[in-house]
Amino acid sequence: MEDLKLIFERGEEGQGLTLLPPCDVEEHFLPEERKEEPRLPHVSENELMRHYTALSGRVHGVNHGFYPLGSCTMKYNPKVDEATAALPGFTRLHPLQPQESTQGALEAVFLCQSMLGEITGMDAVSMQPAAGAHGELTGLLLIKAYHESRGNRARTKIIVPDSAHGTNPASAVMAGFSVVNIPSGPDGCVDLEVLRAAAGPDTAGLMLTNPNTVGIFDKNIREITDTIHAAGGLCYYDGANLNAVMGVVRPGDMGFDCIHLNLHKTFAAPHGGGGPGAGAVGCKAFLADFLPGPVAACGDAGFVWDTPKRSIGRVKAFWGNFDVMIKSLTYLLTLGRSGVREGAIHAVLAANYMKACLQDDFDMAYPGLCMHEFVMTLERFKEETGVSALDLAKGMLDHGVHPPTMYFPAIVHEALMVEPCETETKETLDAAVALYRSLGEAARRDPESLHTAPHKTPVGRLDEVKAARDQILRWTPQA
Amino acid sequence: MGSYVPITEKERAEMLARIGVPSAEALYADVPAGLLFPPLSGLPEGLSEMEAWERVSALAEKNRVYRTVLRGAGSYRHYIPAAVKAAAGREEFVTAYTPYQPEISQGLLQGMFEFQTMICELTGMDVANASHYDGATAAAETPAMCRDRRRRRVLVSGAADPQVLETMRTYAWGSDTPLETVPLKDGRTDPEALSRMLNGETAMVYLQQPNYFGLIEDAAAIGAIVHATGAKFVMGVNPIACALLPTPALCGADVAVGEGQPLGLETAFGGPYLGFMAVPKRLTRQLPGRIVGQTCDAEGRRGYVLTLSGREQHIRREKASSNICSNQAHCALTAAVYLSAMGSEGLRRAARNSMSKAHYLAAQLEEKLGWKRVHGSEFFHEFVTECPDTARALGALEAAGILGGLPVEGGLLWCVTELVSKECLDEAVACLREVF
Repeated sequence: MEDLKLIFERGEEGQGLTLLPPCDVEEHFLPEERKEEPRLPHVSENELMRHYTALSGRVHGVNHGFYPLGSCTMKYNPKVDEATAALPGFTRLHPLQPQESTQGALEAVFLCQSMLGEITGMDAVSMQPAAGAHGELTGLLLIKAYHESRGNRARTKIIVPDSAHGTNPASAVMAGFSVVNIPSGPDGCVDLEVLRAAAGPDTAGLMLTNPNTVGIFDKNIREITDTIHAAGGLCYYDGANLNAVMGVVRPGDMGFDCIHLNLHKTFAAPHGGGGPGAGAVGCKAFLADFLPGPVAACGDAGFVWDTPKRSIGRVKAFWGNFDVMIKSLTYLLTLGRSGVREGAIHAVLAANYMKACLQDDFDMAYPGLCMHEFVMTLERFKEETGVSALDLAKGMLDHGVHPPTMYFPAIVHEALMVEPCETETKETLDAAVALYRSLGEAARRDPESLHTAPHKTPVGRLDEVKAARDQILRWTPQA
Repeated sequence: MGSYVPITEKERAEMLARIGVPSAEALYADVPAGLLFPPLSGLPEGLSEMEAWERVSALAEKNRVYRTVLRGAGSYRHYIPAAVKAAAGREEFVTAYTPYQPEISQGLLQGMFEFQTMICELTGMDVANASHYDGATAAAETPAMCRDRRRRRVLVSGAADPQVLETMRTYAWGSDTPLETVPLKDGRTDPEALSRMLNGETAMVYLQQPNYFGLIEDAAAIGAIVHATGAKFVMGVNPIACALLPTPALCGADVAVGEGQPLGLETAFGGPYLGFMAVPKRLTRQLPGRIVGQTCDAEGRRGYVLTLSGREQHIRREKASSNICSNQAHCALTAAVYLSAMGSEGLRRAARNSMSKAHYLAAQLEEKLGWKRVHGSEFFHEFVTECPDTARALGALEAAGILGGLPVEGGLLWCVTELVSKECLDEAVACLREVF
């Protein structure tokens, strides 16, 4: 297959679209203007469409096939959510319009805040953060503000389990904390003894995902949050895995004080190839005054933007990724009370079903029931066949199935983390199980075919070392 | 009502049997019993698709969409070519995750590589990342790129967008970074005050171009002052203005950031927007976020991968300089389609028309109403005029379906883009004449 041209390599000087009329007032020129033009593409509209259509043909999206990427919750993105978010009554709003002219938008934000608060057991919610990691930073700043407000500057440490997403420790540092990493127990959960030893007068808080990153609900959750509270710290819930428990058990009831949610995971907003997401942050009443402002509130004369009294300040311009939120709002209205629960239960059902079907063929990192995802460890498999988790994943690419998350969490060797989601049919799950098994057999029969996989994709395995060494990070015209 | 779950009751029973549990509820055996299945009384029952559509549409209809918008202040309504939505809206782009499997994500990766190139072309820089949340957060992450043990202090021009400044303050407070604002002189960053404030502890200075009041700063001169003390110079730029103004690279900037929303994204009540960030080659490793690089496969076919990930949180954890993971990839792709459709000539036309019409409106407001600009220097497509009664002015425009300038200290901050015809501008001025 021939290399796909870059858009800069298409078209000719002089080609382009006719988009704007000539200026209908006297043209203004600045005393000093840019001399060298930016070298932007010069393509006809037809070429432009062919280019992006060709690019889209080289992307695997949820609509193409199974996408069990662990920790990412790649559920189906309902089309009605896209349709409502595209309504001009939302998309054409200027963020600084008078509040009276945006009552519907404010109501939408207020509704979303309320529903997410109910699902998580939190008293107040801000829709401002743009993504999960951004929400983490925001939540940690709430914790910082809380301790500072009590005149306590000695609480400088955030406890993070070694199984946590990398964003957790990175966010803690951005919020000015130092990180205490604690090892997980042999069951993949928090080791209470280790936690008790780590918690103390310098503890600002704990960051935890529950179910955790190995797909297990930590049954000691109340003891964990109690331990932190007894030490004077606060508990932060990383909502990346909320899909397993939405409507089933609430972080607020588990003892968490603040949370973030990934609307682009649990609440069905599409991920856009890496974003935009939305990272709503919720908290208990005693932290509400610190939330980034403003938040939507319901006043006597209608909905208003209200900046919490002791707000940590903005974390972003304007009101958050509003149009992403509209997608999740539509989704939440569709699901309602029973739907969120039904979704979570089926996400857990699907994962346990696949795990049960595969446990005779592949080692599971942790035996027994799982939540919405499970982790296979191919350590022994690799010793026996020479085929690694990476090889097996690459083998899946030839079959129209997105591989599981590879090599995460780092505490599991040769990890493959599978998160099927509730929106897949049993037929799809069965087909994936059959594929995993057949690749397992191929590994024993013909390992080389997997070392060199994929074979049917537009490009083969790419040389990442070369990319890092060459650092070709932009197109440059040929001399 | 709907949950998009396709599993039938019969299948559910088969699956539970395979797992070996009596019921789906039994899967939650690890959840403390008292916490299971909260009533969720604050959550309504679900709706059919039709009802959900109607409910959310009704919310959309409660909002006012202005025919003419003469307000910017960080969010700009420009013309969006029809091809932009057609191309960027393709579901493959919309429903994919971050391209962790490059062999089945080449379209996304190439699209990002092209976006990075376009941002480099606009800013004159060597390397751009694959996007940030928005212009404000991109600016707020620059102190972490510029500071070291000795130099921690951050100076921000007082003419930066107040929302950008506030976001920078929040981040700075988080990381215990001292941040001060530089006073203004006639609406622009005062170079003398800046000189006095700079010292050996200053890590960086942030300058917005054009600034919040639409004025064109003498960026090269400010850059020279900053560099003379060894601090880094960070510019926040409007990407449409980049078509006409000397590039940040030419002005000596060490980091260029900006809000990419004007590049084909709807104003959408403030988001999702697009932060961009670019640096000279020497600062590549200071860039946060995803970066796409070119490479090849075993057969020598050209391809693209996420690269230099040794900078990022999933590798470095607490040692990473930023926590960013998800970005605004689809907004970046949209901007790349926009720039491809516009081309250099189209972009300059958008910039020229916006600027020229803004000057026309400024002249008309002075001529017909006697409202003078409050600042003296050159401006791009925003400007501040005095206004004896902003509520009355905005009310008169509102009645005609026009969103007038934003009330700021000294009067109204107006913005005109290529979308507003001379006829509409004349109409706006006539509306105001009726009440003043």
